[in-house]
Amino acid sequence: MSWSPHDYDDIEGTYVFDGKHAHGAYALNKLLFSFCEESSRSEFERDPAAYCDKYGLDTRYRQLVLTQDFLGMLRAGANIYYLAKMAIPRGTSVQDAGARFQGITTEEFQQKLLAKGDGLVDKLSARGGYWVG
Amino acid sequence: MARIIGGVTSSHIPAVGNAIANGLTQEPYWKRFFDGYEPAKAWLQKHQPDVAIVVYNDHGLNFFLDKVPTFALGCADTYSNADEGWALKPVSPFTGNAPFSWHLAERLVEQEFDICTCQEMRVDHGFVNPIRALYGTRDVWPIATIPLAVNTVQHPVPSALRCFKLGRALRAAIESYDDDLKVVVFGTGGLSHQLQGERAGLIDVDFDLECMDRIASDPEWLTRFTNSEIMRRTGTEGIETIMWLVMRGALPENVKVVHKHYHAPISNTGAGVLVLENAFI
Repeated sequence: MSWSPHDYDDIEGTYVFDGKHAHGAYALNKLLFSFCEESSRSEFERDPAAYCDKYGLDTRYRQLVLTQDFLGMLRAGANIYYLAKMAIPRGTSVQDAGARFQGITTEEFQQKLLAKGDGLVDKLSARGGYWVG
Repeated sequence: MARIIGGVTSSHIPAVGNAIANGLTQEPYWKRFFDGYEPAKAWLQKHQPDVAIVVYNDHGLNFFLDKVPTFALGCADTYSNADEGWALKPVSPFTGNAPFSWHLAERLVEQEFDICTCQEMRVDHGFVNPIRALYGTRDVWPIATIPLAVNTVQHPVPSALRCFKLGRALRAAIESYDDDLKVVVFGTGGLSHQLQGERAGLIDVDFDLECMDRIASDPEWLTRFTNSEIMRRTGTEGIETIMWLVMRGALPENVKVVHKHYHAPISNTGAGVLVLENAFI
């Protein structure tokens, strides 16, 4: 059995959520999805290891969850939206997570984002037809 | 007969809902983004559509990964919002139009779009936040809504071309309904953003602006991109932009561009608002 290659596999720093990830990390994503329910979130809080066992996570996935290794979980097949269900209630925003993925501070990550807007109004004016306030 | 009066696009990021809920829309960070919605709100106010078909993707509220429909249509009387894991207070339920939904389902399947019909459908931020941005948060929403969910989360996701063709089929389906309804189609999500991996934080303003202009004037341009090419340029989550093509496909070739607004960054994204008006109205 082999997984077919894709032309998105070589996009750097990117883990396209496809069948290979969804299949391998099904139990992990099911655990993360359960956090839509407040009762599941509190059950996890009370005993994270037992909660991992309840969802049948193997040693590798269990360790990633217990250490809150978001990049590790992502690489192991967690879907980013499902990951957010674990991260956000713990005070880790998607920008905090993005910073951690890159090994920089959230402030540095936010500065990089803000720089994307440099010269925006000039670009809009050059193209024409855009609302400029 | 039902008529499509036009289409509107909007980002649907969670931060938009939070900004509205927390009264931050006039804070410096948010002001330009939200002020650019005013002409879109005024257009909706002026034309008073009866029904909005909201094209969005579910991010793991209604659908888990056990079953992932490529296209799913709400066919219920009401649609509820719920906790997505962030412990936020859900907004008021949305009123649907079940007979119209089932008509759409029948006509879409006839046209070989074999969509999943949903009689229970919880709607997440992807559906809710564009409506909040365009109407404000209400106890009773002033428009009936029909959710049309596109899988942009788990690959394989449909191609840009397929989304455009779905829009065309949707147009035929809407226009063959007997009731005298004014219909607007919302294309949500996008534009460029990547939340995941070391490449997180990607925004490509130039590509976003090209998309906005082309979706208005030459949407077939975007249909020639593969999903891999779109993700390479716009990020893995930027693939949501294909949903704008469902909206665009539902409109005629020539449309009037009523409003065009772009802002970046907002949260992690480039965000665009387009108001395209069907020529006859």
